[in-house]
Amino acid sequence: MVNKDLELFDCGHRACGGCGAALAARLVLKGAGTNTVVVSSTGCMEVFSTPYPETSWKVPWIHSLFENASAVASGVVSSLKKQGRTEKVIVMAGDGATFDIGMLCISGAFERGHDFTYICYDNEAYMNTGIQRSGATPYDASTTTSPAGSCSFGNKRPKKDMPQILAAHGAPYVATASIAYPMDLMQKVEKAINTPGPCYVQVHAPCCTGWGFEGEQTVAIAKLAIETGLWVNYEMIDGKVAKVKKVVRKPVEEYLKTQKRFRHLFKPKRQDAEIAAIQAIADRNAEKYGIDIKLKKE
Amino acid sequence: MPELIEGSLAVAEAVRLCRPQVIAAYPITPQTHIVEALAEMVANGKLDADYITVESEFSALSACLGASAAGSRTYSATTSQGLALMFEVCFNVAGMRFPVVMSIANRALGAPLSIWNDQQDSISLRDSGWLQFYAEDNQEATDLHYIAYRVCEDPSVLLPAFVCFDGFILSHTYEPVEQLAQADIDKFLPKFAPKERLDAADPISFGMFASPDYYPEFRYAHDKALKDSALVIKKAGEEFKTLFGRDYSTMVEGYHLKDAETVLVAMGSICGTTKDAIDEMRAEGKKVGLLKIRVFRPFPTEELAKALAGANRIAVLDKNISLGSKGAVALEVKDALYGSGIPVYGYIIGLGGRDVRKKDIKEIVALAEKGQGDRFYGLRTEVL
Amino acid sequence: MALAVGCRARPGKARDNKTGSWRVFKPVFDHEKCSQCGTCKTICPEGCISESADEVFTPDYTYCKGCGLCAQECPGEAIEMKQEEK
Repeated sequence: MVNKDLELFDCGHRACGGCGAALAARLVLKGAGTNTVVVSSTGCMEVFSTPYPETSWKVPWIHSLFENASAVASGVVSSLKKQGRTEKVIVMAGDGATFDIGMLCISGAFERGHDFTYICYDNEAYMNTGIQRSGATPYDASTTTSPAGSCSFGNKRPKKDMPQILAAHGAPYVATASIAYPMDLMQKVEKAINTPGPCYVQVHAPCCTGWGFEGEQTVAIAKLAIETGLWVNYEMIDGKVAKVKKVVRKPVEEYLKTQKRFRHLFKPKRQDAEIAAIQAIADRNAEKYGIDIKLKKE
Repeated sequence: MPELIEGSLAVAEAVRLCRPQVIAAYPITPQTHIVEALAEMVANGKLDADYITVESEFSALSACLGASAAGSRTYSATTSQGLALMFEVCFNVAGMRFPVVMSIANRALGAPLSIWNDQQDSISLRDSGWLQFYAEDNQEATDLHYIAYRVCEDPSVLLPAFVCFDGFILSHTYEPVEQLAQADIDKFLPKFAPKERLDAADPISFGMFASPDYYPEFRYAHDKALKDSALVIKKAGEEFKTLFGRDYSTMVEGYHLKDAETVLVAMGSICGTTKDAIDEMRAEGKKVGLLKIRVFRPFPTEELAKALAGANRIAVLDKNISLGSKGAVALEVKDALYGSGIPVYGYIIGLGGRDVRKKDIKEIVALAEKGQGDRFYGLRTEVL
Repeated sequence: MALAVGCRARPGKARDNKTGSWRVFKPVFDHEKCSQCGTCKTICPEGCISESADEVFTPDYTYCKGCGLCAQECPGEAIEMKQEEK
């Protein structure tokens, strides 16, 4: 059993106050424990935690390039296996590194079936470089490369379904989690690490700077994402969905209103068609994963 | 006893004897025989390594980086397009100071696509911070792998190395090669035991970022380590000579250098053809010699300048061209001889597998004597 | 301190960066109202809230950035963000 009281992510890092990714790093390490090697991609987490000579990582950690964390991890796993060592290997990478530039390496690593856990901290854009659109950016979110404007409502595409893609690679355990539910997150990390083979946990990590809200709202907004059905917390065991977090659903508007990246849907004019399209995404999620708590009518 | 063996297979056997723990390689002509031979060795229990069939060369070198960081001796092999795909990772491996050894079966870079030999691929990465060895023949190709691991893993070096040998010309050619025994190599190459590695017992963060307050100093330290590796090459080469008889202690090697009026400078298999041409020219009374460069990075500026000090003129054979400028070796030689007054003429030759014959070498000597250089040699003007 | 080979470091020096200086607002803990649920300690992105042997939760003001997450999430409203006095 991992000692969850250990702080393995040291104070003094340079994340924004209220950073979802920093919280994710802390919680993931609590779920993983000291006998862990972390392979990070380039991104916010890597940059705010390791400006030479200051490092916040109290476990062995390596950063190579933006897109190759899975390949580096493959080599680490191989080496540890040959040496008969017991450390578990986890990748910590942002959504940009995972959904986009890292696709080649993550697909190869999962296809080969290395025994490691890939944790994607999903803040839904390239945050470190200034909030540009990624394959994880939700529909209609405004980013600097998919800005809302007189001819545009922002990002035109829905989120790429990475969990399904990796389940299709034969990953024995795939899960989504959120910093809103820390215990659930830590349990899922621990489960992934102890499941042999390539496992994936995608952690929703709202970004106050990038999404446009006050840092103190990070957890509340992460909860709203789940309560509106725009983010679903679930597990997939051998490709089959299991253990879904059920909610009494709120309309998506309650989530969208909290963030500047969706402000264009309300100001200067309320965009009913767009809000309805986003509601449809949530409704599809609800049906696909069965998230609605059915309240008994008196 | 030397055995007649295909170059790739001799290299594969040398790699086997070095006991790599992790191999990550992606197939590409003309390196395929090496990686196939190694896979077969693993499958038959002759090589106790984890063999990762990666999905690209980019991932191959990335996996080697990870394995090296975790404390394993690692190996990869590539060429041409594959090496180009590894460009980003090459700078990364070297900057992070991991002693990966990689065979390069030199091949031309596209476009246009070519599977045939020249040295553009490895030379295009001369800035990357790797050591670069060039083999004249398959014996050197074999032995240089032992030298490379030994030098790279030295605690004062901790840098990766390319061991370059000409694609097809060496990789697919049968030559007599003397293979050493496992006990020999174990004596020469100790177990890889880096002081710093990914280890839960001693957590270290590798690959941090460096602000402008630190970056230049890291680059300086890297450059210094690469330049100082010349001393480690010397020591390792001298020990190899004592144990096995073949001398790799110098970064350059002369042939008929002493009274040579014209000295050719070259790297790789072209040296073999050049030596044969020199033998013929010498028989006719012509005072020609060769200075072979065996180590291109670190560049042996002083050794080279000293060796060439007595020549009247230098003819550099470049199997590469820095497009828009000149051949890379010629530029380095000119720099080394700056101020000496000795004219240096560069010839671009053998690109994309164009055959180099003894008569070409003789013609180049004649051109150099006439003071005509810095040109492509042997162009088929009828197709231009 | 000698330059590390290859830009690497052991943990420890992050603590030299006293991020408490970033603060505009400071979380003030009312220990009377605290129900010892531990939420503040769990969700602090700095991990700077510690729990004493007798379950008293205190932030380390050397590193607390004043983000306000603890105050926002405390179920007993036992934490208040107050403007820092300079």
